[in-house]
Amino acid sequence: MTRKQRRLVLIGAGLGVLAVAVALMLNAFRDSIVFFNSPSDVAEKHVEPGTRIRLGGLVKDGSIVRGNDLRVRFAVTDGKTEIPVTYQGVLPDLFREGQGVVAEGALDGGGVFNADTILAKHDETYMPKEVADALKKSGHWKDDYAQRAAMPVTGAAK
Amino acid sequence: MIPELGQYALMLALGLALIQATMPIVGARTNDAVLMNIAAPAALGQFVFVAIAFAALAECYVASDFSVLNVYENSNSAMPLIYRLTSIWGNHEGSMLLWVFILAFCGALVALFGTNLPAALKANALAVQAWIAAAFHLFILTTSNPFLRIPDAPFEGRDLNPILQDPGLAFHPPMLYLGYVGFSIAFSFAIAALLEGRIDAAWARWVRPWVLGAWMCLTLGIAGGSYWAYYELGWGGFWFWDPVENASLMPWLAGTALLHSAVVMEKRAALKVWTILLAIVAFSLSLIGTFLVRSGVLTSVHAFAVDPTRGIFILAILVVFIGGALALYAWRAPLLKQGGLFAPISREGALVFNNLFLTSACATVFVGTLYPLALEALTGDKISVGPPFFNSTFGPLFIPLMLVMPFGPLLGWKRGDILSAAQRLFAAAMLSALGIAAAFALEHGGPVLAPFGIGIAIFVMAGAVTDIAERTMILRVPLRAVLRRAIGLPRSVWGTAFAHFGIGATLLGIVSVTAWGSEHIAAIKPGDVIDISHYRLTFDGVFDRSGPNYRDVVGHFTVRRASGDFIGVMEPSRRTFPARNMATTEAALMSRGVSQLYVSLGDPNPDGTVPVRLYFKPRVLLIWLGAIIMFLGGGLSLSDRRLRVGAPRPAKAKAALQAAE
Repeated sequence: MTRKQRRLVLIGAGLGVLAVAVALMLNAFRDSIVFFNSPSDVAEKHVEPGTRIRLGGLVKDGSIVRGNDLRVRFAVTDGKTEIPVTYQGVLPDLFREGQGVVAEGALDGGGVFNADTILAKHDETYMPKEVADALKKSGHWKDDYAQRAAMPVTGAAK
Repeated sequence: MIPELGQYALMLALGLALIQATMPIVGARTNDAVLMNIAAPAALGQFVFVAIAFAALAECYVASDFSVLNVYENSNSAMPLIYRLTSIWGNHEGSMLLWVFILAFCGALVALFGTNLPAALKANALAVQAWIAAAFHLFILTTSNPFLRIPDAPFEGRDLNPILQDPGLAFHPPMLYLGYVGFSIAFSFAIAALLEGRIDAAWARWVRPWVLGAWMCLTLGIAGGSYWAYYELGWGGFWFWDPVENASLMPWLAGTALLHSAVVMEKRAALKVWTILLAIVAFSLSLIGTFLVRSGVLTSVHAFAVDPTRGIFILAILVVFIGGALALYAWRAPLLKQGGLFAPISREGALVFNNLFLTSACATVFVGTLYPLALEALTGDKISVGPPFFNSTFGPLFIPLMLVMPFGPLLGWKRGDILSAAQRLFAAAMLSALGIAAAFALEHGGPVLAPFGIGIAIFVMAGAVTDIAERTMILRVPLRAVLRRAIGLPRSVWGTAFAHFGIGATLLGIVSVTAWGSEHIAAIKPGDVIDISHYRLTFDGVFDRSGPNYRDVVGHFTVRRASGDFIGVMEPSRRTFPARNMATTEAALMSRGVSQLYVSLGDPNPDGTVPVRLYFKPRVLLIWLGAIIMFLGGGLSLSDRRLRVGAPRPAKAKAALQAAE
C-alpha cells in the first residue's frame, strides 16, 4: 500500500465513523430532548398532552396534598399561571411549599402534569437557574431570592 | 498574618511564572543555554511559593480562622479535622488554588526528572506550562482570592455544604485535578514540539508516562465521584450524564485515545500529527471542563458561585489557550514529517480504530453537553439533554470498540494476521457465549439485549486473559516455564491486560445493574416486611442519634435471607445540619459479594409512615472495582523499566558521564 492509499483509507474510515456518530446524534436529538417550560409557557405554547417537558416554578403555598402509596399532588406556579402536578415516589430532600422545583413528565388530557421525576435542590438558598429565569420573566422574582442566590453558597441540582 | 503570607507567596509565584514563561523561550530561540536553564529553577521556585500559599490556606482552615471570608463561608469549628481540610477544595477559591498547586507540582516534576530531555524542548515545555500557571495565578488573585479578610471576624463559620461532608470528597477532587492538570504536561510538550517544528518517536516516550499518570488519576477520580454520587445522593444512580460528569468524561476519552496513539508514535513513529492534536485536545477539554464547572453556566453541586467576571475570565483563558494552540497547530503541523507505513489490519490499525471510536464517542458527549448551552444562547429555548441521548449515541459507538479491543494486543505491528488472532480468541468467544446463555437462563426481565452486553463484557475480560495466556504459553509448556515467561513479560503488557480486563469488569457491572437491578419504593411503618430479590427486610422503627455537627434520624432494618436466616442490620438515616438548616439522606449499603442492598429514607410523613427506597444492585461494585483494576494496570505500565528510564541517553552523553567519574 502506498502512503497515499493508506492516508485515503484512514481518512475514509475516519469520515465513516464520524458519519455514523452524526447520524446517531441527529436521531437521538429527535426523540430525547426535553424542553423546559414555566407554567405560563405551557399555557401560551399549548404544549401537547403526552409530550415530555420539564416544568419549573415554585411549589404553591398550601397546595401539597399527600395521598396513599407516596402519591402527592401539588401546584407549580410562576405567579401568573399554575398547573396541578401529580407524582408518586419519594420527594427530594428539600421539597417544600414556596420553594423552587423542576418536574419532568408530561401533561395528561385534563391539563394535569404527571411527573415521573422531581428535581429539587440540596441547599436552602439555592434556586434552580431555569426557575429563577422564568420567575424574572413573569415579574415575580423577589429581591429576596436574588440576595440569597448572590451569596456564594454551594447549590445542587443533581 | 498567615493569610497575608499566603497571598504574597501567590504573587511571588505569579512573578516567577512570568519569568519562566518568557526567558526560556527566548533562550531556546537564540540557543542561549543560560536563559534556557532559568526554566527548571523557576519552576521549582514557583512550586515552593504555591505550596506556601496552599499551606497557608490549609492552616487557616485547621485553625478555624473565621476572619478569612473563605473559611467563614465554608467551615465550622464543630466539623471534624478531615472535613475542615477537605473544605479547602469544597469551594471555588480553594479549589482553584488546588488546581494551580497541582499545576506547579507537575511543572516541578518535569524540572526535576526531565534531566534527559533535550534542553530546548524542556525549556519550551516549561515555558508553556508557566503561561498556563500565570493565567491561573492571575485569575485567582484578581477574581477568586481565597485570602480575603472580613473586618469583624464572626465567632462561627457557616459550615460546609453537608453533602460535601464526606470522606469520598477527601480524595475525589484532588485525583480529578491531578488528571485534568496532568494533561497540561502533554499539552506543553505538544506546543513545545510545534514551536520547534520538530518531533520524533522519543517525544512520545517522554510524554507517555505523564499521560499515563494523568489518565490513572482521572480514572480513579471519575470512579470516586461516581461512587460518591451513588451512596450520598440517595438515588442509587452511579452515572447521571450530568454536564459536570461529562466534563470529566471528555478529557478521559481524549486521554485514553492519546495514550493509545502515543504507543503507535513511540513504537512506529507514525500518527505524529494526530498525537499532537490529541494532546492539545485532551488538555483543552480539561480546561473546558474547568470552565463548565466553575463559571456557573451550569448549575450543580460543583458550581460554587455564580459570578460573571469569573466566567468571562475563564472563558478568556480558554479562548487564548485553545484557540492559540489550535492556530499554532494549523500553522506548524504540516512541517512535521510523516512516519512509518502499516497495513489496515495490524496493531497500528487496531489502535487507529480505537482512536476513531474514542474520539467520536467524545464528540457525541461534547455535543450533548454543550448543545443546550448553545441553543439557549441562540434561541433562548431551554432544553435538557438527558441519559436517553447519551445512551443512544455513546452506547452504539462503544460496542464496536469493545468487540475489537481483545484483537488489538494479539495483532502484530505493521501487518497483522486477523485469522490467527480470531483463532486464539476462540476460547474467549466460547466463554462469552456461555455467559450469554447463563444470563438468559438465570436472570429474569430486563431488556432482551442485556445478555449480549454481558457477553461483550466477558469477551473483553477473557480477551485480556487470552493475551497473557498466549504470551506465557500456558498449558503448552511446563508450569515452571510459564512462570518464568510471566515474570519476563514486559510490565506494560501486564498493564494493558489489566486495563482491558478492568474496562470489561466495569461494563459487566453497568450492564447488570441497569438491566436487572430491582427497586422498591414504599411508605412503611414499624413492623412492615419488604421482600426484594432474595432478601427480606423488616423495618423495626426509627431512633435519634447525634453527631459532631448534625442530628440523625435513623431507620433500623433487619435483613434476612428469604429462608429466614439473619444476615445483618441496615441503618439508613436522615441527617440534619443545624448550621445550614439542611438535611441529607445517608443511605445504608450492605455488600453481598459484589452486589449490594441499598436503603435510603425520605422525610417521615405526618401519619407516622416513612418513605423508603430499597434497591438491590446486582454486581454494582464491579463498576468501581473495574476502575481500580484499570488504575492498577496503568501503574504496572508506568513501572515498566523502559518507561521509567525514559528515552535512552545518547551514547555520547553516557561516555562523558563515565569520563567524569
